[in-house]
Amino acid sequence: MDWYPLWNSLRIAAISSVLVFFSGIFAAYYVAKLPRAIKGVLDVVLTLPMVLPPTVVGYFLLLLFGVNRPLGILLGQIGIRFVMTWYGGILTAAVVAFPLMYRTARGAFESFDNTLAYSGQTLGLSNTYIFWRIRMPYCRQGILAGTVLAFARALGEYGATSMLIGYTPGKTATISTAVYQYWRTNDEQSAFLWVMINLAISAVVLLAVNMLEKKNGRKGARR
Amino acid sequence: MSLVVDIQKDFGGFRLNVQFEAQEGIMGILGASGCGKSMTLRCIAGVEKPDAGRIVLDGRTLYDSARRINVKPQERQVGYLFQNYALFPNMTVRQNILCGMRRLKDKADRERLLCEQLELMQLSGLEKHYPAQLSGGQQQRVALARILVSRPKLLMLDEPFSALDSHLREKLLVEMKETLRRYGGVSLVVTHNRDEAYDLCSSIALMETGRVHTHKPTKQLFADPGTVVGAMMTGCKNIAPARCVGEYEAEVPDWGITLRTARPVGENLKAVGIRAHYFGPNSRQNSFGVRIIDVVEEPFADIIRFRYENQAPGTEDLWWRTAKQNRPPKEAWGAYTLGISPVNILTLYDPGEEPEAGQEEGTAG
Repeated sequence: MDWYPLWNSLRIAAISSVLVFFSGIFAAYYVAKLPRAIKGVLDVVLTLPMVLPPTVVGYFLLLLFGVNRPLGILLGQIGIRFVMTWYGGILTAAVVAFPLMYRTARGAFESFDNTLAYSGQTLGLSNTYIFWRIRMPYCRQGILAGTVLAFARALGEYGATSMLIGYTPGKTATISTAVYQYWRTNDEQSAFLWVMINLAISAVVLLAVNMLEKKNGRKGARR
Repeated sequence: MSLVVDIQKDFGGFRLNVQFEAQEGIMGILGASGCGKSMTLRCIAGVEKPDAGRIVLDGRTLYDSARRINVKPQERQVGYLFQNYALFPNMTVRQNILCGMRRLKDKADRERLLCEQLELMQLSGLEKHYPAQLSGGQQQRVALARILVSRPKLLMLDEPFSALDSHLREKLLVEMKETLRRYGGVSLVVTHNRDEAYDLCSSIALMETGRVHTHKPTKQLFADPGTVVGAMMTGCKNIAPARCVGEYEAEVPDWGITLRTARPVGENLKAVGIRAHYFGPNSRQNSFGVRIIDVVEEPFADIIRFRYENQAPGTEDLWWRTAKQNRPPKEAWGAYTLGISPVNILTLYDPGEEPEAGQEEGTAG
């Protein structure tokens, strides 16, 4: 049995989650501070990948990064090619999962009690310290929820991924593209196996989140 | 030790325009909610930027729009006690207080200061507790301890007692006075509660719609508020327009009477005020016939609402606050007599037009 799709899916989901975690948080933090008009426009742009069909997202990514497109040619010169490579999957998963992280983090930041930041500043705490040690812990639940959603979405990403990196066994195959391929080629048994594997991963992730939440809850300290 | 504030900030529709100076001791800023008190504190702390003006603390310029100086809040050394205390919920009491001493490099020094402050604030044994596990009073003490260990040059308290139950309030007021006395520097206390302000502050600035009207020593302000706003904010219940009809005489058309005053009456007199507890049935001066309307009972006093015999229709009833045993019998309600000593007539003017004579009473606080 070829375990490559499992390994490939996990690394794509993990790496894109990390990218989305940081970019989503920082986008949320800075967009929340912008004037209303710019905020509205940016909000639409940053949320769009969530509401567009993934195939449309894939189409746009091909337009941008296709091997014959300016950006694709430019990146090709330094040896980076997103089309038909496994790390192209990171790009598609990140783009599609980004809005989930961005929106949940923004919601969390907006509920933050700003007097906490102000009092930190008057006490002489640096803004970096306030961000990581006060704002982030305060918004922990929203951030955690966003991360889980983003990871789950990245793991299950199919449409844009199949457009950009296709399905090459042992090279670009992921769990979701494998399920479709096995089903299409009447290999129902393999398709079922991969469905079960996907289910198991999702269940483990959710369980882990619940346990983490409980542990944090026991530490007391909620207002 | 002194603080000079002169700032303007436009919020469209609302304009903050504040000037005052504070010396060592406790200064109160008294005003209704929404008058710009908290915004003034935020500007001084540096978490909000004024449009123009100047803030100088102990000779050090914190903000000056003309010279483009705007010191970061982290470097202003201004302690700010927020209304909700703003304790970090994810940190223990110990970690919260340590946050105030991150400038202090020596670990032993930090520990010593921490222990000292825990002791002073009666927080020993609570080091490992989270803010949510503390009572309101304890939270306030932690927040104060956290500020005091940061050695601020100025201490600002925003409605320090509003989040507390009333029975805790008086106890904490006494504690707070002690803490502020120990601190010794300039303190600003923002409040809308005149009793708190009276007890705590050596001088009080009255604030209304973004401006500071009057800044006087506390006792003097309550004895002679000078303006209608001042009289209202210091709790005067009976205020009516009046005009000058003699050196010591003011006519009050709404009440249909002419009052003798102890203070000389200025030509530009706008109104008179009489505090509710200064009326007396046996007072022979300024004695007029009244009709009693009804009685509002308080636990330990009565508020008796009445009208003067010749009072203009449509004007508000007057309030007389008196001990329960002084309540007139019901059959006397139709024709009763009340007087006021001329010393207790407050003469009120437009802001900025009060005669200087009010200053002579001088030292209070």
